[in-house]
Amino acid sequence: MAKWIPLWLHKLSSPPVFYGFAGKLRPWAIALALILGAIALYGGLVLAPPDYQQGDDYRIIFIHVPCAWMSLFIYAVMGIAAFIALVWRIKLAEIVAMASAPIGAAFTFITLVTGSLWGERMWGTWWTWDARLTSELVLLFLYLGVIGLYHSFEDRRQGARTAAFLALIGIINVPIVHFSVNWWNTLHQGSTIRLLGPSTMAFSMIWPLLTMMAATKFYYIASLFGRTRADLLSLESGKDWVREIVEKEVRG
Amino acid sequence: MTDRQRPGLGHACMAVLRRDLTLAWRQRGDMALPVLYALIVTSLFPFALGPEDALLRRIAGGAVLVTVLLAMLLALDAMFRSDIEDGSLEQLMLAPQPLALMMGMKILAHWIATAVPLIVIAPLLAGMLHLQATAMPVLLLALLFATPLLSLLGGVLVALTAGTRRSGMLLALMLLPLCVPVVIFAAGALAAAQEGLPWIAPIAWLGAALALAVVLAPLACAAALRIALDS
Amino acid sequence: MPGMTDASPAKPLLQARALTFHRQDEPVFGPLDFCLDAGELTLIEGDNGSGKTTLMRILTGLLRPEEGELYWRGEPLTWDRCSGEVVFLGHQLGLKADLTPHENLRFAIGLHGHREHSHIDEALARVGLAGYEDEPVRKLSAGQKKRVALARLLLIPAALWLLDEPYANLDRTGIELVNGLLEAHIAHGGAALVTSHGAVQFHGGEPQRIRLHD
Repeated sequence: MAKWIPLWLHKLSSPPVFYGFAGKLRPWAIALALILGAIALYGGLVLAPPDYQQGDDYRIIFIHVPCAWMSLFIYAVMGIAAFIALVWRIKLAEIVAMASAPIGAAFTFITLVTGSLWGERMWGTWWTWDARLTSELVLLFLYLGVIGLYHSFEDRRQGARTAAFLALIGIINVPIVHFSVNWWNTLHQGSTIRLLGPSTMAFSMIWPLLTMMAATKFYYIASLFGRTRADLLSLESGKDWVREIVEKEVRG
Repeated sequence: MTDRQRPGLGHACMAVLRRDLTLAWRQRGDMALPVLYALIVTSLFPFALGPEDALLRRIAGGAVLVTVLLAMLLALDAMFRSDIEDGSLEQLMLAPQPLALMMGMKILAHWIATAVPLIVIAPLLAGMLHLQATAMPVLLLALLFATPLLSLLGGVLVALTAGTRRSGMLLALMLLPLCVPVVIFAAGALAAAQEGLPWIAPIAWLGAALALAVVLAPLACAAALRIALDS
Repeated sequence: MPGMTDASPAKPLLQARALTFHRQDEPVFGPLDFCLDAGELTLIEGDNGSGKTTLMRILTGLLRPEEGELYWRGEPLTWDRCSGEVVFLGHQLGLKADLTPHENLRFAIGLHGHREHSHIDEALARVGLAGYEDEPVRKLSAGQKKRVALARLLLIPAALWLLDEPYANLDRTGIELVNGLLEAHIAHGGAALVTSHGAVQFHGGEPQRIRLHD
């Protein structure tokens, strides 16, 4: 292990330590996600004034934008974990990368659905080949490819490393796809359709958006920790520390 | 005891190329399948959309491109399969030659056997859809750049699935995000050519991507093989 | 650097220390320690499923061990240090069914180079396949296919032979052929590692034995 990595980080990559750490943090993350989410929804759906152009239809951005952001953010996290997993072969990194993929795919799916709903309100069609929505669709395929590849291996660790490689190829691909779809859009439609209104938004619209962004981050942490703990237990099922935990559960 | 006259890189590359092309020729029935597939699919378009000249001409470029791409996708799966099954891939990995170069040669052989026949019949396919004669050279150029890109990118993905009970659907799912840019630029060049507009810019992008892929894809392919076969 | 095997006899060709392998976190074997020296034959014995093939594949570099180290001529084992000096014969023979033995062997030589004074047809004759040089491998019997793979051993220069079940599919003459090849190789200063199910009758002296427990 490289010498510049602090000791606590190195310790954290040990499965039993991470299991305990994640277990302690997870309830807090869930609580924060729920509370912040509720506040953000109230602020966005009730408190914020209607947009002068779109009326009440714009309110879907309070879900759409944070989900779009998370779909990209989670892919970046997956990519970093994939890189660590491939270079240093750390089991925890493999698990984190693979556990993030379904969460990211779910956020991408919600982005697409909310984008489609918004498009229907704005322009009367359920799907527009807008550059950003199309890039999100390709991102969904990337996620599904990683998930599919991971599950097609019998050896979970080998599957994780292979899918991690695919995720890294995907990272290089995302900007290329976005660039090419943008170019394609200018080719076939005169102007690019912007799903988000003018860049200056009223503060009453911004704070629910930011709060929801924070809420989704905590949701991701909560979900990731939950999945990672479950995967750790199943992957390490023969080891002593797992046996102790099971015995404690049985006794308690 | 042992006298090592290790063959040079060029010699080893020719050996791989010669072997794979010989194998493709011995199974030349298999080479005909993508071509037949492309012919059938192309002839479905008039049946589906009506024989009206103007409409077919508009979609001709894109339709031929997508058809060729799908035909190549079908053939991609077989790139490494027989080598994995009979152990030749292992032997290739253990040979005293850079694996990336050997993979590059295999991909080249696969491209020659699969894509070149498709490029040869592409004018026929385009003619069936009434593509203008002026756009034909651009179609060939676009295919000449797009098909090796597909072979190279596809080779990396097929290497990743090397150890799995492969399903064609998974490969298609993995390949789609990678070939969207290729299709966009190739079809963009074609559409421009059909309208009489300058088409060189997207072709140049394809050329640049191909140059990069020729260098990087074999390396990625070798790395993917090692990861997928766990070494 | 030519593959001279009169390097200092103190350095073993291949050395393994504390080699362990896990599959899905279940230990397959280990920890193992052993040395393979030039001029020595080593036998890996073990029941089915004891990990003989896995060990072989780790020594070729196709698999990574869970723990432990491998050394080639005293230095840590890396591909470019040992490539060109090791030949592996696995369960799957690595022959293309649509090519003839001659074409298969020509390809192997194209990658590895060939031993001085060795010829493909001569090698095929020596393994008992004279007259079959131009038959597609598909048409050969399992034993004949094995002999083509053995001919590869005659043609490719290598200091270390890793043979996984070389006696499988062979009749008595075939088994004697394998023993003959091994004896000649060892006598010339090469090393060989062989796995086998059954007992191995080797005329050139007692081989080193590694026993894998289940």
